[in-house]
Amino acid sequence: MSTTTATPPPKKVNRIGLELSDYRGGKTTLCAGCGHNAISERIIEAFYELGVEPHRVAKLSGIGCSSKSPAYFLGTAFSFNAVHGRMPSIATGTMLANRTLVALGVSGDGDTASIGIGQFVHLMRRNLPLIYIIEDNGVYGLTKGQFSATADVGSKLKTGVVNDLPAIDTCALAIQLGATYVGRSFSGDKRQLLALLQGAIAHRGTVMLDVISPCVTFNDHEGSTKSYSYVKDHDEPLSDVSFIPFFQNIEVDYEPGTATEITMHDGSRMVLKKLGTDYDPTKKVEALRVLTEAHDKGEIVTGLFYIDTERENFLDLLNLVDEPLATLPESRVRPTRQVLDEIMEELK
Amino acid sequence: MSATHGAAKEAHPSPTPAQVVNDLSIQVATVNGSGSQTANTVLLRTILQMGIPVSGKNLFPSNIAGLPTWFTIRASKQGYVAHRREIDFLVAMNPETAEEDVRNLGPGSAVVYDERLNLKRLRDDVVFYPVPFDQLVTPVCPDARLRKLVRNMIYDGVLAKLLGIEMEEIQTALQKQFRKKLKAAQLNFNAARAGYEFAEKNLEKADRFALQRMDATRGKILVDGNSAAALGAMFAGVTVVAWYPITPSSSLCETLIDYMKRYRLDPETGKATFAIVQAEDELAAIGMVLGAGWAGARAMTSTSGPGISLMGEFVGLGYYAEVPAVIFDIQRVGPSTGLPTRTAQGDILSTAFLSHGDTQHPMLFPCSVEECFSMAIEAFDLAEGLQTPVFVMCDLDLGMNNWMADPFPYPEKPIARGKVLSVEDIKRLGHFERYRDVDGDAIGYRTLPGTPLPAAGYFTRGSGHNEKAKYSERPEDYVNNMDRLARKFETARRRVPGPVIEGNTSAEIGIIAYGTSHWAAEEALDQLKQDHQLSAGYCRLRAFPFNEEVRDFVARHRRVYVVDQNRDAQMYDLLKLEFDVENIKKLRSVRHYDGLPIDARSVTDSIVSQESEN
Repeated sequence: MSTTTATPPPKKVNRIGLELSDYRGGKTTLCAGCGHNAISERIIEAFYELGVEPHRVAKLSGIGCSSKSPAYFLGTAFSFNAVHGRMPSIATGTMLANRTLVALGVSGDGDTASIGIGQFVHLMRRNLPLIYIIEDNGVYGLTKGQFSATADVGSKLKTGVVNDLPAIDTCALAIQLGATYVGRSFSGDKRQLLALLQGAIAHRGTVMLDVISPCVTFNDHEGSTKSYSYVKDHDEPLSDVSFIPFFQNIEVDYEPGTATEITMHDGSRMVLKKLGTDYDPTKKVEALRVLTEAHDKGEIVTGLFYIDTERENFLDLLNLVDEPLATLPESRVRPTRQVLDEIMEELK
Repeated sequence: MSATHGAAKEAHPSPTPAQVVNDLSIQVATVNGSGSQTANTVLLRTILQMGIPVSGKNLFPSNIAGLPTWFTIRASKQGYVAHRREIDFLVAMNPETAEEDVRNLGPGSAVVYDERLNLKRLRDDVVFYPVPFDQLVTPVCPDARLRKLVRNMIYDGVLAKLLGIEMEEIQTALQKQFRKKLKAAQLNFNAARAGYEFAEKNLEKADRFALQRMDATRGKILVDGNSAAALGAMFAGVTVVAWYPITPSSSLCETLIDYMKRYRLDPETGKATFAIVQAEDELAAIGMVLGAGWAGARAMTSTSGPGISLMGEFVGLGYYAEVPAVIFDIQRVGPSTGLPTRTAQGDILSTAFLSHGDTQHPMLFPCSVEECFSMAIEAFDLAEGLQTPVFVMCDLDLGMNNWMADPFPYPEKPIARGKVLSVEDIKRLGHFERYRDVDGDAIGYRTLPGTPLPAAGYFTRGSGHNEKAKYSERPEDYVNNMDRLARKFETARRRVPGPVIEGNTSAEIGIIAYGTSHWAAEEALDQLKQDHQLSAGYCRLRAFPFNEEVRDFVARHRRVYVVDQNRDAQMYDLLKLEFDVENIKKLRSVRHYDGLPIDARSVTDSIVSQESEN
C-alpha cells in the first residue's frame, strides 16, 4: 500500500478561476434530444470561456419550453421567468435599474413571434444592451404542438395539418428595426453557435439570435422544415464565424480579402471567413437581400447577418449615471429641502 | 355700442336683493380649443390671491377642438371646494350650448355673454350682461391670429368690474402665468382692461354677487393632483418610470419628466439619476416597472382604467412573485372607453383584486393634492416594504384640476427600502431563502440582481414555487405560499394609513367617503346638520385593506352611508366583503356617476331621502 497520495490533476478553470461546473444549472426537464438543451450547453461554455461572473448575469424569459431553460444553466445567476411574450419589458426594466448587469433573454418562437411580437419589435428599436435568443422550433411545445408564426409555409404537423401562412423572419425584422447584432444559427452547430454567443456577450447593444432548435416530440418528422434532418440538409452558413476574446492575443491567418474582422466594444474580435460570395455584415440592405434570397431558394442561411458597433445603446441614450439606479443612496435621489421650497414658491 | 348699452340697462329682473359675498360659482362655457385656459386659470388664481378660498374644475370633452367645454370656479368663504351644481355667474361664449346653459340657471343668477348670441330673450329672471367681444378685442390685439386666444381675457375684465375682482391681482396672476413672456402677459392684460373699462361704462350691476378680499389663502399654493403626485414620486426617490399616454394620467409623468430634468441630474456629471421611458403600451409599462422593481429600483407607472385592465396579468405576477411597484390610477368614467375626460372612482373593485387567481392589492386613496404628494412617497415605502404592487387611486377631478393647498412639507422620514440582504448579511446568516417568513410578518428577504455572491442568486417565477424559490407543484408548497401571502396582506392592513374619523362619533348615522368625495361629504355633513338637523359621524378611508378603526366606526353607528363615485357601489361592496352580518346590515350606499365631480347636494339629498324611509 502506498503512503503517498497522488496529486489530483489541476482543475480546469477560466480566467476568473471558476470551473465549467460553476456555470451549470439545474437538471433539465425538457425532452431528451431537445435542441434547447444543446443551446443551454453552448451558453454555459460561452460564459465560462469569457470568464463572466455568473452573479452579473440576469437571465430573463417568458413562457414556454424555451423560457424554462434558464433554470438549466448559470444556476447561481439571478433569473426572472415572467409572463408569456413579455420578457422584453422585464429585461428593459432590469437593465434600467442596473446597467452593470449582463442581460440574457431566452424566448421561443411562440413567445416572440406571436404573443410577444409587440414587445419584441419595440425592444429591437431601443437597442437595449441585451442578448435575446429565440429557441426556434416552429411549434408550441408545452401546449402540445400547435404551429407558431415562424413555421414555414408548407411545413407539416404530425397530425398532417399543413401551415399555410408565411413565416415571420425574426432576423429580418430585428435588422430592419434597429437591433445591432443579428444572426441565425442551429442548435446542432456547436462551433458556430458558440462563436455567435461569445460575440453576443462582447456586444453592448441588442443582440438577436434566432437559433433553430428542433422539437423532438412535436416537430422532428418528415415534412417539417424545423426537423434535425431538414435543417442539416438546408443549412447554408454565410461565413465561417470565429471569436477571439479581448484577453487572448491570437493572430488569425487568412488570405487578404477572404475574411472580415470586426472589433467589439470590449476589444474582442469577430472573424468572418468568406465561404462563398462576398458579404458585408455592416450593411442592412445586404443582410435583408441574403435573407430574402435564401428564403426564396428554400435554404436556411445561418451566421452573423448584421452588426453595428457604433450605434448608441438605449442606456447611453437615456444618459444614465454609471452606477446602478437601483442602489443610488438617498442623498442622490431625494432632492433637498431647498428644492421643495423653491418649487412651492413657484406654485404660490 | 348704444344698443348694447341699452340692453344692459333694461336687464333688471327685480330690485337688488341682499348681497352675497364670497360665495358663488362661476361657469365659463367655451368651445374646446378656443384658448380659454389662460383666462380661466388667471381668474382662479386672482380670486386665490384675494385671499378667498377657491376651487376650479375643468369639464372638458374628449376632443382637441370644437366640442363644448365648461370651466367652473367656486369661491367659498367657508372653504368649500367641492363641485357645486348651482351656477351663479355664467360666462356664455359657446353658441352651441349657450341657450341650454342659460335655461339651466337658477333665478337670480347672471350671464355675461357674447352679445351676438342674443340670449336676453330667453328669460327674465336672470341678469344679462351682453359684451361685444369682437369689437373689444380688435383694438387691443392687432395680430388677428392671436385674437381668438386673447378674446377670452375680456371676460376676466368684465367679471372683475362686476364682481369686484382687483385688476392689480389679475396683472399679478398673468405675470405668474406667463413668467418671462412679458409681451404676452401685457397683451392679455390689455384685453382684460378693455373688458373692465367696457363694463364700467356700459354695464350696470344688477346681480347680488360680490367678491371681497379675505385673508384665508395666505401662503397657499395652487396645483393639480397629477403634478403633486409627480413631486411626491420625485421626493420618494423614484428611479425608473415607464408609462403610456392616457387621459387623465399623462400629465403626471409629463410633469415628472420636467421636474426630474431640473432636479435629478447628477450635479457633477450632468447624468440622470433616473430613467423615464414612454413604453409601447401599458403591458410593457408595467413589465418595465416590475423588471426594475425586481432589480431593486424604485419604479412606478401611471395610468387610467383601460391601462389597469391591460396590466392585470403582470400585476398578478408582481403579487405572486412579490415584486414592488407603484401604480398611479387616475380614474376616469366608464367601462370600455367610457367618458375619457370625465371623473369617477370606477376602478375600486377591479383594482383591489386585479388579475386572475387569488390576488389582492393595497390601495391608497388620496383626497387632496397634499395627499397626492404624501401618499406617493408612502406608496413607494409600502411597495418596497411589502414587496408587492401598491396602487394610488386618484381620479380625474383630483389629478387634472387645480386645487389650493398648503405648501407640501418636506418628507422627514428617510426612504425605507424594505428587506434587502447585502453580501455581508448573507455571509453572516449563512443562507438565504427568498420566500421564507423569518420575522413573522410574512415578508421574506430579497436580494438584488448583481449581488456578488453565489448564494444571493435566486429564480423569480410566476409559476409555483417553494420558500427557496424553487419550482414546485406540491400542494402543500402552494398552500403555504398562498397562506403566507394572505398573512402578508394582514401586515399591509397594519401598515397602510388608517382612516380619518371626524364629526359626531356618537351620532346614529355615519358617512364613509374616500378620495375626492371627501369634499362633498364634508360639506354634506354641514348641510345635514344645518338644513335637516341630522348629525353624523364621518370616516374618510385612506387605504385598502381597511384596518380595525373602519370596522369600529361602522360598529358605533346604526346606519352608515358609503359614498361612491361609481354605479355599482364598489367601496360599499368592498366593505361588505370584510364585515360580519351585523355590520353589513348597517351599510347604505350613496352613488354618483354622471361623470361630473360629486357635489354635496347629491350626498345630502340621498341621505335625507334614505333616512326618511327608515
